[in-house]
Amino acid sequence: MAGTIDDRFTFEGRDSELAPTVALPIAGKVHEWITTVDHKKLGLMYIGWGLIFFLVAGLQAATIRLQLAVPNAGIVSPQVFNRLLTLHGTAMVFLVGMPILTGFFNYLVPLMIGARDLAFPRLNAFGFWLWLFGSLLLYFSYIGGGGMDGAGSAPAVGWFAYAPLTETAFSRGHSTDYWIISILLASVGSTATAVNLIATAFSMRCPGMALNKMPVLVWLAVVDAGLMLVTLPPLSAAQIMLLLDRYLGAHFFDTQAGGSAVLWQHFFWIFGHPEVYVLVIPAFAFASEIIPVFSRKVIFGYEVMVAASCAIGFLSLGVWAHHMFTVGMTPAGNAFFVTSSMLVGIPTGIKIFNWLGTMWGGRIRLRVPMLFAIAFLFQFLIAGLTGILLAVAPFDWQLTDTYFVVAHFHYVLIGGIVFMIFAAIYYWFPKATGRMLDERLGQWHFWLFLIGFHLTFDTLHFAGLEGMPRRIYTYQPGRGFELPNLIASIGVIFQALGVIAFVYDVIKSLTSGKPAGKDPWDAWTLEWSTSSPPPEYNFADLPTVHSRRPLWDLKHPEDPDWKYE
Amino acid sequence: MGAANRQIARGAVFSPVSTPANTIATLAWFSLAITLAIFLTVGGLLLYSIIRFRARPSDEQREPPQLYGSNPIEFAWTAIPLLIVFVLALTTVRTIYDVQAAVEPANAVHVRVIGHQWWWEFRYPDLGIVTANELHVPLSDPTHPTPTWIELESADVAHSFWVPRLAGKTDLIPNKINTMWIDPHEPGTYLGQCAEFCGTEHAMMLIRVVVEPRANFDRWVEAQRLAATAQDTVARGRQVFQSNACASCHTVQGTSAHGTYGPDLTHMMSRQTVGSGVATNTADHLKTWVRDPARMKPGALMPAMNLSEKDLDDVVAWMVTLK
Repeated sequence: MAGTIDDRFTFEGRDSELAPTVALPIAGKVHEWITTVDHKKLGLMYIGWGLIFFLVAGLQAATIRLQLAVPNAGIVSPQVFNRLLTLHGTAMVFLVGMPILTGFFNYLVPLMIGARDLAFPRLNAFGFWLWLFGSLLLYFSYIGGGGMDGAGSAPAVGWFAYAPLTETAFSRGHSTDYWIISILLASVGSTATAVNLIATAFSMRCPGMALNKMPVLVWLAVVDAGLMLVTLPPLSAAQIMLLLDRYLGAHFFDTQAGGSAVLWQHFFWIFGHPEVYVLVIPAFAFASEIIPVFSRKVIFGYEVMVAASCAIGFLSLGVWAHHMFTVGMTPAGNAFFVTSSMLVGIPTGIKIFNWLGTMWGGRIRLRVPMLFAIAFLFQFLIAGLTGILLAVAPFDWQLTDTYFVVAHFHYVLIGGIVFMIFAAIYYWFPKATGRMLDERLGQWHFWLFLIGFHLTFDTLHFAGLEGMPRRIYTYQPGRGFELPNLIASIGVIFQALGVIAFVYDVIKSLTSGKPAGKDPWDAWTLEWSTSSPPPEYNFADLPTVHSRRPLWDLKHPEDPDWKYE
Repeated sequence: MGAANRQIARGAVFSPVSTPANTIATLAWFSLAITLAIFLTVGGLLLYSIIRFRARPSDEQREPPQLYGSNPIEFAWTAIPLLIVFVLALTTVRTIYDVQAAVEPANAVHVRVIGHQWWWEFRYPDLGIVTANELHVPLSDPTHPTPTWIELESADVAHSFWVPRLAGKTDLIPNKINTMWIDPHEPGTYLGQCAEFCGTEHAMMLIRVVVEPRANFDRWVEAQRLAATAQDTVARGRQVFQSNACASCHTVQGTSAHGTYGPDLTHMMSRQTVGSGVATNTADHLKTWVRDPARMKPGALMPAMNLSEKDLDDVVAWMVTLK
């Protein structure tokens, strides 16, 4: 092991002498962004579009909560409500979660491994545009989904689109076709990204970065991409089968012609459950970068963290039928999926313990990214524990398809993933734009969103325990649903105010934020060694590293990491 | 429906009145206790570390000692959760077999539940009864159980039968027959509803289960077996029913109406609600329903009947005699 720091790799960087500073007119800028194959521009477009869809699907959720605030409300009709819940769910998974998370990986993986781009830049652009137009098709269904007989508008089948509700007998018009084709295209885009991330991490690392010296985030990107590669094809296959049913008279899921409704459920959930991990693993990745930096300590148990992530990836492929405990599987089948589902809790617990071990004995700086990360730790802990309750199959017979499940998975998706997305935005925004987000507005954003989140989703657990099923457009008074629903809807106001503070912060900081410099957080991974924003080629000279924290080695030549790894 | 609902005792998952629901509640409390203990331990450690190790202005500028990991600690926090999972998984599997593999006794009452968009058909094959939306079952004395064995199937899309105080939910899936059982040991009315998204009116596919002592149940069975009796005063209403589209979807025993697409109406006035629980079953509500079901339940598959005001009055006057 070399004992000196490569002298070509310095803090000062040399990008200024190379970076072109030609001011482009608007048309030139648009052209530049449309034709770009730069992983940073594509990553930012993924995140930007994801945030736009986040606002749209969030407004749809707010409408749902408005309708459910009081019993027998008539704000929207049942038909409109069912479209809202379908688009809200589908969009938040495929149009918000997937692009924002893959956007971050797109942006960060090459920077963190000291590479100049992803392995296949053109494939990356292809995947993005496929995803974007697929996504737009989903919302275009409001205009184009009527079909020749005028029956329909946007799809109203729920985000898991159970057969045979999706067959032509029950879903007339083209609305369901839009759901199928939109997600089919988005999935192909995501598969392309997955191939790209794996190839990049395995073949583009800078000198000295052995696999066991990759940042945890990059490891998790590999696990995440591996899961996408394995789990998206079953969904695409099932969607093509459904198209064949609808247009060519196949009978895969057409129960009126002897097809199987349960087959669709297996196909969907063998994608759908790992999909939850596809979404949450990036959140783990952000936490594994942010918590060490703000605790001023190296990540605790790097090897165990990586191993636990791989274990989560593998185990998550064998738990899908815990979404199907009520479809009438045999006791032995149920027992298998109970056990496998509970086993996922072990590597997940290990991750939480290792983050705890990272904070222990540190000097925790409670800046906005860390606040979101701490809230994530508590909320993800609760989400994991209610997940254990749902893995207890007999309890699940009561809880599944109720508001308890709605509360549980929003704890994962918002309490876990959205909180970590916000943490990641506050953390890496300075790198991507060269400007800091405002700390005070960030605090407002954090506290308002935290209060709103807990008002809404803590109470919805109780609505489920009272017997309230999910996906109902209204409920009758006198059944104990009124109070939790009213509180949950009030929570939306706080969440919305939090998001407004965030949007305002982003817009304001883009133009007048404090200049960030290269390394505003005093961090340790390679992306902080280049300028903010990084030049198109990322690094003027490819760095050489000797440990997992190359910048720590630079800052502490007397006590470098490679002595201990 | 608020007033009608409030007359029914509240309670759900944690107020079981039947063995399957009771077994589940016991297991639920056990697993809640375990998860709560884990939450308090881990959450407490997180909270402690954040407070104890937060940065203070007085801190020296040096970085804290770097700790790269510890194999004994990693082993401990892998082994302890494994033990917890082992215990919880075994308890769960045992409960699965207790509920799912229970042996049907010879004296069980049989019901066949058929899910429709958006109502419930209840058939008693041994008793020759067909009814809808309100399930009647006999009280089961824990010392001499008379459970009800339920077969579930669907006429169209997937539904799920859920009455939380009696049992967990079981899906109704087309081309598949599922089973479940209940043995309610407290008389009363229990509320439930469809728990699998099944289209427009999924929200208004409500269930009432009426549990009554055996003698009352037997009397109800006898009454349900009778055909509708024609009363001369309302004969015109019956004529309207038989000569309009009503008869192609509904059955009323003792008339020429033998449709099977909609609920059997032979004893519809013995039910508490119309439209699968959407409103109380009164002459006024019935009239609104027959005039245009979409006004009470938008999307309901029964069309507006477009009857003249006189026909409407007459048909409702006849229907309210279907006790």
